[in-house]
Amino acid sequence: MTTLTRLNEAVRAPEIAQQPPKWRRFRPDGGAVSATRRQQAVSGWIFLAVPVVLFVLFVLIPVGIAVVVSFTDYSIVGDFEWIGVDNYVRIFQDPIFWIALRNTAYYTALFVPLGAIVALGTALLLNRRSGAVRVFRTLFYIPVISSTVATASIWFWLLNPQYGLFNSILGWFGIDGPAWLYDSQWAMIAIVMMSVWAGFGANMLIFLAALQGVPSELIEAARLDGANSWRVFRYVTMPAIARTMFLVVTLLLIAAFQVFDQAYVLTKGGPGNSTLTLVYYIYDRGFGRLEMGYASALSFILFLIILVFSLVNARITNRRDFS
Amino acid sequence: MSATISALPASPAKKRAQRRRIVGSGFWYIAVILVSISTVLPLVWTLSTSFKTESEALSGALNLLPRNPTVDNYAALFADGTFARYLVNSFILAIGGTITNVFFGSLAGYALAKLRFPGQGSVFATFLASMMVPAIVTMIPTFLVLRYLPLVGGNDLFGQGGVGMINSYAAVLVPFAAGAFAVFFMKQFFESLPDEIGDAARIDGASEFRIFLSIYFPLSTAGAAVLAVLTFQAGWNSFLWPLIALNNPDMYTVQVGLSAFINEYQTDYGPLMAGTIVSSLPALLVFIVAQKYIVQNFTGSAVK
Repeated sequence: MTTLTRLNEAVRAPEIAQQPPKWRRFRPDGGAVSATRRQQAVSGWIFLAVPVVLFVLFVLIPVGIAVVVSFTDYSIVGDFEWIGVDNYVRIFQDPIFWIALRNTAYYTALFVPLGAIVALGTALLLNRRSGAVRVFRTLFYIPVISSTVATASIWFWLLNPQYGLFNSILGWFGIDGPAWLYDSQWAMIAIVMMSVWAGFGANMLIFLAALQGVPSELIEAARLDGANSWRVFRYVTMPAIARTMFLVVTLLLIAAFQVFDQAYVLTKGGPGNSTLTLVYYIYDRGFGRLEMGYASALSFILFLIILVFSLVNARITNRRDFS
Repeated sequence: MSATISALPASPAKKRAQRRRIVGSGFWYIAVILVSISTVLPLVWTLSTSFKTESEALSGALNLLPRNPTVDNYAALFADGTFARYLVNSFILAIGGTITNVFFGSLAGYALAKLRFPGQGSVFATFLASMMVPAIVTMIPTFLVLRYLPLVGGNDLFGQGGVGMINSYAAVLVPFAAGAFAVFFMKQFFESLPDEIGDAARIDGASEFRIFLSIYFPLSTAGAAVLAVLTFQAGWNSFLWPLIALNNPDMYTVQVGLSAFINEYQTDYGPLMAGTIVSSLPALLVFIVAQKYIVQNFTGSAVK
């Protein structure tokens, strides 16, 4: 899922710039033109039919339904009424919504910088000419392939307060490790560490590609001028990969606000609501308590938050291609 | 080191630079090995725990090699057939989704890349915009659409009386049968192929579907293969939607089943780790086979 969203972004970037001019092809004779055009139009729409129908049924209509439902007290069973903006008013008075928002913001504030730094750091490590690089690149990437559930299961074991690898290693240094997932202060931090571990490989590849695009003459010139490694990084590499950095950060933000799997699998939002995230809260309201009207309203609030980052992200991807 | 170059009068500056390179290279190896340990060790430890006896899983938790290796955990996992059932469900959903996405994605991607007709620009723009809608927004109404689909799953003409597509493979297969991502991915691939071969066949009077099927589709296998791998992995690993749409235990996917295990086997780590290994294996094997193409694809699309 996360890999796909990232690839989505990477793939769609060039598309925007490459809208081909219509009817650009040379036609052998005038009479055939309209026939070919008609044939192409008919075939084209037939070829697009399935994705278009599915889009209407499972994106367009659902978004429409979500808007309508969010103004009702619909809950699958029983009658429902139009209640106007009550759901939206309720959100702002709902203390649990604010807890979920705060938890999600806390997760985001830790996960985004850490995720970007680890991805960039490992990419810098792998950005050198050496046969060994390919092996290590694969080893670094391995956590990305596991599903979030499998990753959660592994970390559930790693973080076991008594027998887990984490606290065992901390024990060697005389540190009495926390109860991690059972401690409301540490549970979210544990989930952040797990998410960084699970996801950095994909962004590392994006950074690596960007680093390989930094002109080596520039770096050599800076070296000759006596710049040390830090200054080369700060004044040559960083400006050259700034756009990739923005891209990765917005992708991480969009993903961070939708965090769900880990919190659901490991902690069920606990202990004491400390890992209750927005998507988890929407899931719980919508499918746990069947308050689908309220859950739909909540999902639109989340949509608005994410939309801001999506738009920023789209602008950056656009600019990247026109330059 | 100095022995090999002692024949030549090396300047001290050169020597210093060389020493620095060797030291740097040593640090580099230490760093990459440390990162590799942190990414691989948890998996190795999981694998090792899955072969331990119940008592050793806890008492000998830190043993990297099990003292008395046993396959009991795997046997227990498959004993009552439920986990095998989850695996079958996941395979059907992941492979089914891969086939439909590759086929419809190719067809639609081809239409957007190689045909010229009015309206294609707006279809493209709409698909593009749809990628910005987070999945959670459409999740509740998609559930409702599937549940109240007329004349399916015991429903009458007005979508009442039954459960529609909920709790069937179709609930996962149909909504995601031809995602916008597949269409874009294949569109981009077809754009890299020349127009002329199609034009030649067109003049010979071949139908558009014929041109697609016998000329362009065979040329797109490299792109289709990458899309297939990515779609399979995404399908195999997906969690939230199968959790919502398939709530009959017979229909659980391996990920949903595994998440139920975590609560069920709170302290029985052996079977849990065996389940984790089994559930990760298919996606891992696919990755190992297709590794080269995936990494290439990633790097290729990012630098453009």
